[in-house]
Amino acid sequence: MHEDLNWAIGGEAGDGIDSTGKIFAQALSRAGRHVFTSKDFASRIRGGYTAYKVRTSVDRVESVVDRLDILIALTQRTVDENLDELHEGSVIIYDGERTTMQDLEVPDEMIDLNVPLKRLAEDAGGAIMRNVVALGAACEVADFPIENLDESLEKRFKDKGTAIVENNQQAARLGRDYVEENYDHEFEYELETTDNDYVLLNGDEAIGMGAIAAGCRFYAGYPITPATNVMEYLTGRIERYGGAVIQAEDELSAINIALGAARAGARSMTATSGPGIDLMTETFGLIATTETPLVICDVMRSGPSTGMPTKQEQADLNQMLYGGHGEVPRFVVAPTTISECFHKTIEAFNLAEKYQVPVYLASDLALAVTEQTFSPEEFDMDAVEIDRGNLVESDDIEAWQNDQGQFQPHYPTEDGISPRTTPGTSGGAHMTTGLEHDELGRRTEDTDVRIEQVDKRDRKVETAIEREDWSYREFGDPDADTLVISWGSNEGAMREALDFLEDDGISVRFISCSYMYPRADLTEEIESADQVIVVECNAGGQFADLLEHDTLTRVDRINKYNGIRFKADELATDVKDMIAESTEVTA
Amino acid sequence: MSTDIRFTDFKSDKQPTWCPGCGDFGTMNGMMKALANTGNDPDNTFIVAGIGCSGKIGTYMHSYALHGVHGRALPVGVGVKAANPELEVMVAGGDGDGYSIGVGHFIHAVRRNMDMTYVVMDNRIYGLTKGQFSPTSREDFETTTSPEGPQQAPVNPLALALAAGGTFIAQSFSSDAQRHAEIVQKAVEHDGFGFVNVYSPCVTFNDVDTYDYFRDSLVDLGEDDEYDPTDYDQATDVILDSEKEYQGVIYQNEESVSYNESHGLTENMADIPDGAPEDAMDLVREFY
Ligand SMILES: Cc1ncc(C[n+]2csc(CCOP(=O)(O)OP(=O)(O)O)c2C)c(N)n1
Ligand code: SF4
Repeated sequence: MHEDLNWAIGGEAGDGIDSTGKIFAQALSRAGRHVFTSKDFASRIRGGYTAYKVRTSVDRVESVVDRLDILIALTQRTVDENLDELHEGSVIIYDGERTTMQDLEVPDEMIDLNVPLKRLAEDAGGAIMRNVVALGAACEVADFPIENLDESLEKRFKDKGTAIVENNQQAARLGRDYVEENYDHEFEYELETTDNDYVLLNGDEAIGMGAIAAGCRFYAGYPITPATNVMEYLTGRIERYGGAVIQAEDELSAINIALGAARAGARSMTATSGPGIDLMTETFGLIATTETPLVICDVMRSGPSTGMPTKQEQADLNQMLYGGHGEVPRFVVAPTTISECFHKTIEAFNLAEKYQVPVYLASDLALAVTEQTFSPEEFDMDAVEIDRGNLVESDDIEAWQNDQGQFQPHYPTEDGISPRTTPGTSGGAHMTTGLEHDELGRRTEDTDVRIEQVDKRDRKVETAIEREDWSYREFGDPDADTLVISWGSNEGAMREALDFLEDDGISVRFISCSYMYPRADLTEEIESADQVIVVECNAGGQFADLLEHDTLTRVDRINKYNGIRFKADELATDVKDMIAESTEVTA
Repeated sequence: MSTDIRFTDFKSDKQPTWCPGCGDFGTMNGMMKALANTGNDPDNTFIVAGIGCSGKIGTYMHSYALHGVHGRALPVGVGVKAANPELEVMVAGGDGDGYSIGVGHFIHAVRRNMDMTYVVMDNRIYGLTKGQFSPTSREDFETTTSPEGPQQAPVNPLALALAAGGTFIAQSFSSDAQRHAEIVQKAVEHDGFGFVNVYSPCVTFNDVDTYDYFRDSLVDLGEDDEYDPTDYDQATDVILDSEKEYQGVIYQNEESVSYNESHGLTENMADIPDGAPEDAMDLVREFY
């Protein structure tokens, strides 16, 4: 008996792969099972291979593995693409009556489950439901009560009327019955259900939800994979709380609109991916030097240029840390899991307003397109705290005015944090500019004032380093000789890799970083380890470079840049090899 | 909003560094008068400026203001107005700023019809960078970067605005102080995107499109009883007439519904609760 089940449906884009996968994932989640999904898709709307994978277990799952137990193949290519993940005993469900599938080659050791998907779907009311027939068949294979599917079919199709819902439920049953009647194979799966209530969501949705919870009322953006979902989530929801989404004409506009809203006093955000970050970089400096609080979310994908829009990468770190001309303080926060997308978004808004800086929220495709189950309590709304920083109301404005009654928005305070006031506040009218300015916000080229303002802006970072907790998350054995460090979305895969490594008798200490700037000082941790391995989805090792620079110590690197996120078992092997390599060298 | 506001309340104590005689002085005075006449005060006004000699205007005025990056002033204004519809938002810039680098935003700002005012100081030259041709420069206008003239047709900003669905399109002359202030005021009062192209001569780098030239050639539509700015066809004729220069409200769609109104933007988004909204758990439950 496997403790987790890996399931996939694959076919051509346009085959309804996504919605079928989601229906199954939701059914599992409602049945109290943990789910972790992943998507493999090409950058086209019709045609091109697409797959939706679901890993499910009673225990929490946080990553994908290189194993497929049940595969619904709508095309031959689905089998070919997944050959190395299939194993002896994997079940392949396909429709042998379709002309293109008649010669399907199922490798010998696998179980071939030929189900007339289309014909059964027609019996239930329409060929379009063939994927649902396949879902029914998969339920039978996995011994998963089909009743759990009913609810998610209802959720998916209720807008189309009860007849459609019932037809789909019937289609699933026909699939199940067909397998039951025609195959006497004993499948080894038995998907337990539990009473747990889980929610199932992806990283973009968690960011959107976090934004609303944090009081974000304004979003401006321009569609781009894989960030679009943030905008789509907020549209129609943010309005319920008095907010608005504006789809701009491009990213140059989007970030400037978001900046305008932030100057007007709203908690404001924009989200994009690498190509959009390039365009936004122009205005980034303006935001920083005018000390405007803004959250800029970069849902990274493979670059450079248009790169691979539907593939994973974490290669914009340098751009977020250093992008833009001149020198300006900014914060860079990278959520490590889907639930952290929620929490770090809230934190990003607080940091932005407390320190009056732009905050990059660095998510990535792996977080954006995978869904994961959580207990609803993980998104505890009562715990949300909102800190608007030094926001000055009319009553206190006088304290921040000079002798002539002028408000001083860039007053060089000791902690570097100046007063901020929103338009409409009487006595607070002031100018702000991208030009170097004095404490009133007025243009200056005075050498002393220039230095004073640069230092003032930098002091905010020092203050933040002192006042906030920039620590990391830690897993594994704290006393192990090997230290693995990663940032952002690799946490789940690496956590699970720890288990694989432990099975092999290897213990590892694992540090997962979400604060890129400011960040924790890891000198001690790195010095006390025999070997340090930095894991990241890019070719150059941008975080590894940073750590070497910070700590003056060489680190080993595991880099993946083929466009696919780390998988737990693969990562475990990589770490093992890296440890072996270093022992060879020292031996 | 207070009633005893005078236009000088919108003046900052910074002395403009514009060349003596620059058209931008008059343009600015008219803007301040229009704001005061419409009952605004500096604390509820937000001025967004572009980059150029023209863009310095925010520095010389007193209000909430942002002086941004080249060509992007309009989007900033859109964001300010969306987030707090109670504010009076005025965006100002030059012809280079608005019709060259920022022309994309211009078209979309016109289409969006947010309730704000856009004033372009059109001197048909790049002033701040010392005399290169601009998108509104004449075809044969010789400058440092166009010794033979740009040899391309000038942009017609009014036509761009009309084609983009503009609901308020006007033109004025900075030195005709009374008319200019009046026209900007009408733009402020318009429910939607009030666009005013202001002839605002550059006395240093443009010896063709001078005060004298405009004074001699300007036709004031306000003096023409036959002219009806709500008549689209008449407006089209005026806008496409390349023989003459006009001032006045050239086109106004009286049915205009601003973006704020059509999108229900009525709240000041700066006001948020101390923690998550009361029913925020609903946001989570949607994911069951
Ligand atoms: C991105 C960028 N490119 C170029 C410039 C240089 N620049 C400053 S003002 C200007 C042109 C301004 O012309 P216009 O808008 O007509 O204003 P004027 O100075 O004539 O009032 C240019 C090209 C800049 N500041 N930013
Ligand atoms: S250069 Fe021209 S536009 Fe600039 S201030 Fe002088 S006169 Fe005005």
